[in-house]
Amino acid sequence: MADIRNNFVGIKSPNPFWLASAPPTDKAYNVIRAFKAGWGGVVWKTLGEEGPPVVNVNGPRYGAIWGADRRLLGLNNIELITDRDLQTNLREMKQVKMEWPDRALVASIMVPCEEASWKAILPLVEETGADGIELNFGCPHGMSERGMGAAVGQVPEYIEMVARWCKQYTRMPVIVKLTPNITDIRYPARAAKKGGADAVSLINTISSITSVNLDSFSPEPSIDGKGSHGGYCGPAVKPIALNMVAEIARDAETRGLPISGIGGVTTWRDAAEFLALGAGNVQVCTAAMTYGFKVVQEMISGLSNWMDEKGHRSLDDIIGRATPNVTDWQYLNLNYIAKAHIDQDACIKCGRCHIVCEDTSHQAITAMVDGVRHFEVMDDECVGCNLCVNVCPVEGCITMVPLAAGEMDERTGKPVSPIYANWTTHPNNPMAKVAAE
Amino acid sequence: MATGHFKQGIAGGRLSPEVYAENFSDLHPPLDAHEALVEADRCYFCYDAPCMKACPTSIDIPLFIRQIATGNPIGSAKTIFDQNILGGMCARVCPTETLCEEACVREAAEGKPVQIGRLQRYSTDIAMEEGKQFYERAAPSGRKIAVVGAGPAGLAAAHRLARYGHDVTVLEAKEKSGGLNEYGIAAYKSTDDFAQAEVDYVTAIGGIDIQNGKMLGRDFQLSDIVKDYDAVFLGMGLGGINALSAEGEDANGVVNAVEFISVLRQARDLAALPIGRRVVVIGGGMTAIDAAMQSKLLGADEVTICYRRGQEHMNASEFEQDLAASNGVTIRHWLQPKRVISEDGKVSGIELEYTALDGDKLAGTGETVTLAADQVFKAIGQSFVPASLNGSGAALELEGGRIKVDAEGRTSLAKVWAGGDCVRAGEDLTVTSVAQGRDAAESIHKALTANGRA
Repeated sequence: MADIRNNFVGIKSPNPFWLASAPPTDKAYNVIRAFKAGWGGVVWKTLGEEGPPVVNVNGPRYGAIWGADRRLLGLNNIELITDRDLQTNLREMKQVKMEWPDRALVASIMVPCEEASWKAILPLVEETGADGIELNFGCPHGMSERGMGAAVGQVPEYIEMVARWCKQYTRMPVIVKLTPNITDIRYPARAAKKGGADAVSLINTISSITSVNLDSFSPEPSIDGKGSHGGYCGPAVKPIALNMVAEIARDAETRGLPISGIGGVTTWRDAAEFLALGAGNVQVCTAAMTYGFKVVQEMISGLSNWMDEKGHRSLDDIIGRATPNVTDWQYLNLNYIAKAHIDQDACIKCGRCHIVCEDTSHQAITAMVDGVRHFEVMDDECVGCNLCVNVCPVEGCITMVPLAAGEMDERTGKPVSPIYANWTTHPNNPMAKVAAE
Repeated sequence: MATGHFKQGIAGGRLSPEVYAENFSDLHPPLDAHEALVEADRCYFCYDAPCMKACPTSIDIPLFIRQIATGNPIGSAKTIFDQNILGGMCARVCPTETLCEEACVREAAEGKPVQIGRLQRYSTDIAMEEGKQFYERAAPSGRKIAVVGAGPAGLAAAHRLARYGHDVTVLEAKEKSGGLNEYGIAAYKSTDDFAQAEVDYVTAIGGIDIQNGKMLGRDFQLSDIVKDYDAVFLGMGLGGINALSAEGEDANGVVNAVEFISVLRQARDLAALPIGRRVVVIGGGMTAIDAAMQSKLLGADEVTICYRRGQEHMNASEFEQDLAASNGVTIRHWLQPKRVISEDGKVSGIELEYTALDGDKLAGTGETVTLAADQVFKAIGQSFVPASLNGSGAALELEGGRIKVDAEGRTSLAKVWAGGDCVRAGEDLTVTSVAQGRDAAESIHKALTANGRA
């Protein structure tokens, strides 16, 4: 049976599934329930400075988008960091860590960008026995207006500076949580590394307005007729998060920097994808906030069964396995040629492949043959774009079939070349590197 | 004395008032808003959608379903009414399982088509409850058109003609309008007096004057209206019913199923409606099923449908057969009526002969079986009664016993169009009649206005 024990920057947990710093981890009551359900670790809801705690709005904090059966696809929140007293949180953290020594407990922290503030809080956190700290440089709403959260994460110099203070003032591993609300995720990641951080975690939520109420014309969630952008998360953000994780995993400057993957992890499969792209573990929030803590049981058994089936013995066997396959567009093999193929037995004749190809792509799929509705790919027109595969409602009905070297590509009238060739050497590229004579 | 189900002979009051109400409530209760969204989301929005082609009125089904899915039921209703102004009734009574839903690609994919009929009902109900009218009459054309029959064909024709600004007079033999929507069709498919609500909805456009109690051949002649109006649309139903050709079929207790259904539809108090303890229905179409089902629902103890051919030959859809069977109706095949048995002038049973196919020909095998019966319903088909047509003037050309029309609904007489059950073309369905009425109206408008230009 696969070993899914996790060791992330020296923090050990029985599995790689942590609850992210968020409402589910705001107090001992929830965290204990989570541990009982099987979660490997938690990042406690972000702590602020000593003193009067922040206050939250007293109206709706969350907005969402749904599929047709009210399946929650994306969630947005305008909740701030913990609104409980710092000492209460610290006391509970200490108690929980004592009672659950095998689970990871990481403290998320957000205090002003002043050395004194960090210097003051770190010993207090350290005293709880927490396994590490996560610097919340990610939340895009509310706290960012006060110069914290994403406001810090958007300035690499600040990230580096604060990370350095933290490494200086605590023995605990330092994880920097990054905001995706930035043009190139590699810069903040590099800054974290330069500052000496042990790891980064990402993504935090994406600035968002989930919807507009068309009666009141207020953005949702609406507080007395007004709305403010929130942080977006859930299944809808996973592709964005996967890319950002991969960018950091394959960047020459940050390669090897441990990553805790966050963003729309809902199933074991999502988690496996994050791990494959280079995350050392994953953090989950929306799935728990949608279904409760029990979802982790599916994640644990799913991941473990898949690993058994594929012969992966431990997480190390899968972490980063897909990273080398992420490359720049310019290095993609332009001599790789695939054509869509429709399995006529599986086809239910909805015609969607035809109409999207006809209206929006390459006019490569028939609709009618000999007076009968019939959907078939015309190889001499098909560019292999995959749109038909994506819109087909029957999984596996349309597949992309690669042409073997030497086979004729009917669209170009040329045989498929066996040689790998990319844009960098393509004759149409004005910047093409001419092969040495 | 035996009561309820066990009352001997033909009797009413077999059930409690609650059971009558339950038995004759909506067969397919309406979808609520969430159910409609979930069901609408199952539609793939097919290109060149097979469901649309299978619909006799060619409703843009993918579009109206998408409009439901996006929270636009009013737009959805308009998409339906553009093609079929009786879309509300068709949503209830269409044998969707042999039309749009049979063609649905999800039927091919998983044997579970999108519930198109119920979705159509969802949006048309909303629009009709809101009294939302989508069409305005064009400026008066000064043309007068007579429509004979206020059934689905006549109403569809009248509405389309009224839209074009023509003045329409509808001459209806019966007291109420709606045709089979009012007098035919099983009660549990059209509850809450929907047929009349629909007549009101259709005529709300204005310019449609329905005159009830006016019967062709009795109260007026075809030749008169041809003279008095710019055009005539004939949209009558089938007045005759086929005989059993069985000995003794005049006995008391042998009933025309169409008449039975009509009486039931008009009944104020179902408990007052007498029904046999043992009922035999002869036939294999929708009328046979409707009569059998409703006999059972009225409290008949034993109900048996006897059909002279096999299950695969029945005109009633598989869904309808299953519905009857699941309500306790027994369906027997390869049996034809031979002799109605009476005691004291009242039906007491029916002797049937087994049949078999000899090549293409159906023949009795000589073997017989006798079923006890207090009531025998005849549901072996209806026929058009042309007598009313030809009171005076030139005769209309018939074809297969019904009025002959061309693709646009033109009859052999100038100025006269026809559609609905009285014509030979198409299946005898509400939706087919609507299509024929609508298309004939277009043809009339074109003829009256020099290719549509007034």
